[in-house]
Amino acid sequence: MSEKLTRFFASRWGIILAGAVIGILAPLLQKLGNPPNMGICVACFERDIAGALGLHRASTVQYLRPEIMGFVLGAMIATYLFGEFKARAGSAPIVRFFLGMFAMIGALAFLGCPWRALLRLAGGDLNAILGLAGLATGIAIGVWFLKSGYSLGRATRTYTAVGWIMPLFMLGLLLLRIFQPQFSKDGPIFFSQSGPGSLHAPLLISLVFGMVIGFLAQRTRFCTMGAIRDVILIRDFHLISGVGALLVVAFIMNLILGQVRFGFAGQPTAHSSHLWNFLGMTLAGLAFALAGGCPGRQLFLSGEGDGDAAIFVLGMIVGAGFSHNFTLAGSPDKVVEGAVQVGGLTPAGMVAVILSLIACIVIGFTMREKSAS
Amino acid sequence: MAQLVDARGLSCPQPVLLTKKAIAAGQFPIEVLVDTVTSRENVRRMAEASGYRVEVVQVGEEFKLTIRT
Repeated sequence: MSEKLTRFFASRWGIILAGAVIGILAPLLQKLGNPPNMGICVACFERDIAGALGLHRASTVQYLRPEIMGFVLGAMIATYLFGEFKARAGSAPIVRFFLGMFAMIGALAFLGCPWRALLRLAGGDLNAILGLAGLATGIAIGVWFLKSGYSLGRATRTYTAVGWIMPLFMLGLLLLRIFQPQFSKDGPIFFSQSGPGSLHAPLLISLVFGMVIGFLAQRTRFCTMGAIRDVILIRDFHLISGVGALLVVAFIMNLILGQVRFGFAGQPTAHSSHLWNFLGMTLAGLAFALAGGCPGRQLFLSGEGDGDAAIFVLGMIVGAGFSHNFTLAGSPDKVVEGAVQVGGLTPAGMVAVILSLIACIVIGFTMREKSAS
Repeated sequence: MAQLVDARGLSCPQPVLLTKKAIAAGQFPIEVLVDTVTSRENVRRMAEASGYRVEVVQVGEEFKLTIRT
């Protein structure tokens, strides 16, 4: 039975099911209170967690998002039910930490992870097209490195307890969300009173939806980066059928819920600075490709015992801190007296995206196995 | 003599890439060692889609895939 289910989840219909379920639940989460075109955004939600912990002080983006905890815990439950939990670590952790930081700097320049890029498009935000084009470009560069022998080396089996660290950390965050302690006057835990951070679905719904997605995505290995990578690298259309399902189903759901508005300017939590939407996601796509997974996939992996993926996640959370403390993140378009003011990056943000891109390219060039042709 | 691909500890897509390289070398059968179900399914899917027969045996907590024409 378990083997049959495993084969189903590994099949074309399995991955389409996972994409479709995300496509249903994300717009529903938006309807139930999450920010517009941000039913689920792994980068944004990790950024909100960084804010809630006080790692950055951007007061509008601070919340302990139960979806993220649900992803890790749901994936962990799936691996235990199917006897697949396997603690492993040791594949160039420090590189993965920095790739996580770079990925977050890129994603926050665009204002979203690949999932949110799809959800933004499904809500009519045409800036997402630039983001997705950038994502594909970054992944294509990553594929070139993979073809020329890039590898972060082997992970090795380790103590089960190592694989438990990330799930336990998530459990700790969940407890902080439930009890909302305040550690000092004007201190953490911070919860936004206005802005996207103040918008959220009820705790239990967020957590359960997150766990359902974590479970399905772990079983099917849903990954947006892997989807594009596999098409370019080996002409394999398996994963991308799940991504397609997500986009189509989310669009239909948004139509039903009245959440579609087409256009570039003034979209919710988005800017229409095209070059930086493109370059931000080029950076993110390259960092994901070099690290072997999109932000969602890294969470699911860290739930199944992958200590290296867990390091990438921590890199993203710390990267979010840097991104907002150093004003590297994109600012959304603003409507002032009826006119749209185009948002985008500060000069510091532009420099950060370029430097991070260069750093990723150096990683790609310098971490190739000699034996590879 | 079987070609051996040791992809244990490597994460995707490397096991698939190494297997493809072995297939391109053209000497069958090919034995691929992997240590996660993800790698097992990815290698199996790629090989089957390319028209090869794949046999999987579990060895302890690892898997050995034998790929034949």
